[in-house]
Amino acid sequence: MISAQLPALQVVVPLLAAPLCLVLHRPFAAWLLTFVVSGISLLVSIALLGQILEQGVIDYTFGGWAAPFGIAYHIDFANAYVLLIVTAISTVVSIFAKRSVASEIEAHSQGLFYTAWLLCLTGLLGITITGDAFNLFVFLEISSLSSYVLIAMGNDRKALTAAYQYLIMGTIGATFILIGIGLLYMLTGTLNMLDMAQRLVAVADSRTARTGFAFLTVGLGLKIALFPLHLWLPNAYAYAPSAVSAFLAATATKVAVYVLLRFMFSVFGIDFALGAMPLSTMLVVLGSIAVLSASTVAIFQHNLKRMLAYSSIAQIGYLILGVSLATPAGLTATLLHLFNHALMKGALFLALGCIAWRLGSVRLEDLRGLGYRMPWTMGVFVIGGLSLIGLPLTAGFISKWYLVLATVERGWWPVVLVIIAGSLLAVIYVWRVIETAYLGKTQEAVSGTEAPLSMLVPAWLLAIANLYFGIHTELSVGIASQAAMVLFGGQP
Amino acid sequence: MSDSMLFLIVLTPFIGAGLIVVTGNRPNLRETISVATGLLLLAEVASLVPDVLAGETPDLLLAIPVPGVPLALQVEPLGLLFALIASSLWIVTTIYAIGYMRGHHEIHQTRFYAFFAIAIGATMGIALAQNLFTLFLFYELLTISTYPLVTHAGTPEARRGGRVYLGVLMGTSMGFLLLAVIWTWHLTGTTGFKAGGILAGQASPLVIGILYGLFVFGIGKAALMPFHRWLPAAMVAPTPVSALLHAVAVVKAGVFAILKVTVYIFGIDLVGGSTASTALLWMAALTIIGASLVALYQDNLKRRLAYSTISQLSYVVLGAVLANAASISGAAVHIATHAVGKITLFFCAGAILVATHKTRVSELDGLGRQMPLTMGAFLIASLSIAGLPPTGGLWGKWYLALGALDAGYGILVGVLMLSTLLNIAYLLPIPLRAFFGQSPKTTVQFNEAPLPCLVAIGITTAACVTLFFFPGPVYQLAGMLIP
Repeated sequence: MISAQLPALQVVVPLLAAPLCLVLHRPFAAWLLTFVVSGISLLVSIALLGQILEQGVIDYTFGGWAAPFGIAYHIDFANAYVLLIVTAISTVVSIFAKRSVASEIEAHSQGLFYTAWLLCLTGLLGITITGDAFNLFVFLEISSLSSYVLIAMGNDRKALTAAYQYLIMGTIGATFILIGIGLLYMLTGTLNMLDMAQRLVAVADSRTARTGFAFLTVGLGLKIALFPLHLWLPNAYAYAPSAVSAFLAATATKVAVYVLLRFMFSVFGIDFALGAMPLSTMLVVLGSIAVLSASTVAIFQHNLKRMLAYSSIAQIGYLILGVSLATPAGLTATLLHLFNHALMKGALFLALGCIAWRLGSVRLEDLRGLGYRMPWTMGVFVIGGLSLIGLPLTAGFISKWYLVLATVERGWWPVVLVIIAGSLLAVIYVWRVIETAYLGKTQEAVSGTEAPLSMLVPAWLLAIANLYFGIHTELSVGIASQAAMVLFGGQP
Repeated sequence: MSDSMLFLIVLTPFIGAGLIVVTGNRPNLRETISVATGLLLLAEVASLVPDVLAGETPDLLLAIPVPGVPLALQVEPLGLLFALIASSLWIVTTIYAIGYMRGHHEIHQTRFYAFFAIAIGATMGIALAQNLFTLFLFYELLTISTYPLVTHAGTPEARRGGRVYLGVLMGTSMGFLLLAVIWTWHLTGTTGFKAGGILAGQASPLVIGILYGLFVFGIGKAALMPFHRWLPAAMVAPTPVSALLHAVAVVKAGVFAILKVTVYIFGIDLVGGSTASTALLWMAALTIIGASLVALYQDNLKRRLAYSTISQLSYVVLGAVLANAASISGAAVHIATHAVGKITLFFCAGAILVATHKTRVSELDGLGRQMPLTMGAFLIASLSIAGLPPTGGLWGKWYLALGALDAGYGILVGVLMLSTLLNIAYLLPIPLRAFFGQSPKTTVQFNEAPLPCLVAIGITTAACVTLFFFPGPVYQLAGMLIP
């Protein structure tokens, strides 16, 4: 029965494909394998979601070893949803990657590039699907190490510094997470997250539990790039290859947010995480500062990839604000925005990838008149930008609607103002680009106009998804609210 | 039948925009399509009139993006009135634009006509919105689709104007209006427009007051001070845009939305009794007088007209906030009469620009002998704006004054009188200078604007006068608002 083995396939297929990719080495073969494997992973995650819709949860034990001894995968609405986001983005972006990577990375290292891509995918999927805390750490390291490699492959020499910076920060984060998991293991004697949750109830009121929680939160804060632990992110996104920026921006931080939610709600429980610990206050303050400061900084960026990176930090602020509300509505808003933000940032980074492919630069001043030279590419940017601002009929509006509503329900008016101020700042940094592209003085004619179809089609796929999920929200809102209910129910 | 007609009405301009883009390199065909789309749209809107007069309100559900918050259309008397005004004036403006855009050798004409059509589509969506969410959606679409029209020239000045335009309109709508919409939904669990309002008894007077303030200031298109700066900034646009969009469609969408929110979300009883309404009344009165005073000192003709619009829009806001049967009718009638009056004035300003390349009031001495038709129309339209017979502008003011007396605000009648005097002071000198002023040139010959422009001016001027003798149909629709 293959359907019973789907949880294993989700991780094993990309994991085994990675060394194969290294052996194949030829750029086209490596790309094809990456695309096919991403596609298979997407199908697997859709099938998994279908099973979840039928039966609620899936428990899978690796090799048939029962939970406390073997590694158990536990899949419910929350992680099936994140798996879908990760695999869908990887598939769409891998189509885009072929031409983009060919222009940015030398032929002999493209095989390595795709190997790292597959490993990163493996890591992200593993983190999401596993129900074992140590296994989670292992996958976290797999994804982190491979993403350092991916970033370092950027064609600017500064990519090396950026990757190094991320390596240091990421390692500190991973160490904190490991210490946190270690403390929990010490306290509960188990690494299985289900068991951990049960045993923690009795010993929650101990210094070890609180310390472990603090270590985990700070470590994950680094991986999430939560203000003020975000300093690695702008350079990493700015200097990474275009396809990598799109892939990581849409998935990596999302997965880290998922892990934080998993530990907060499923392992420690909401009463401990947001009640006994002062996390709610901390998150609301840090989230607000992230929204306001990062949006403001984004306005002054000339490198547009950096601008989007700062915008990502601001959007992470929104995610965190939703969590800090500590209500099902707030959590729904966070999970919904997880998905919608992946769509909009994916579309925007792909549009920038097309621009980089054509101009070799993503600096604002080089975009003058580009609206007429690359109308389809700029079309994607405009749609993604409007979604980022949160105009009606775009996915971003749905996110904002739920987030503001959840905040109003809670009566936190200052936070409402922060959210609104954030979207007004987004108007400014998005419109700078649109104004320059359409109203800037056109430079001398450049031969060739649009990016190739293999790059435009995935970009438009994401742009259309932004519009689709702004009108039809049964899927996104439906699953997000189910996932929020699962997390709030305290079930891992 | 009339249900699906609602969807067609919103869709028609968008299809028109698509066809305009496709036929972009054949100007004659392109403009034929523009006019044909306008005629079709007017016919579609007019087909709703019998239903609405019979007291029906056909509606249509399009989609449900958020559970409980549908994307839906519905026609009621006020929306029908607004849709009729906008769609019929669109045809006239297109005819005018053909003369203007060609006569003025404008660039990017296909883009111009296409976004113009989209803007009208958004206006139809606003007119036919069944709930606040749908209204907000098309409201934002209107802002976005008019941005390329405002910045049409592509000059640094146009960019600056565009920034102010977008900044104020989006700032107010996202800052206040969206919040007000979500808050309303939070309080009532619905955003649907309903006769008598949905908010009565749902919140404390303080919350109602704050909410009403958020709505009135959040609908920045109504240009209530201090959020009026976008309108003069938008005057960098080509004149047809200033005429139809920034004297009719966009600004009227603003005051229309305020009226609609007043009547169908709050209900006139709730607004009339609140303390916030008193403050807003004074804000509107201040805008009426203040903007008129500023208009006195504007030498640029289009800017003078823009400040006049700001002042006149607050008449409608005043009518909404007074919230009694007479004032609401007066506000609705004023939407119609000011539309034809102000569009005529802008048409004339554009005609002067095309024929003589003059933009300043001080340059117009003696122009009446060169352009007698244009300046004659300007005179009649000026009377209409001031609200003097024999023009339709009288009626809106008449009912507004009645409404002010009904509400016990005799002093507001004084404000309206003072405003009339100011209107005369800043508008009438223009035709008077043109006809009686000394021209700097010794030989003056007859040199009018292109024929399509004159045709358009003739139609709207005739409408100004017709509305004086036959205000019946407009008043009938306006009177249905408050049973």
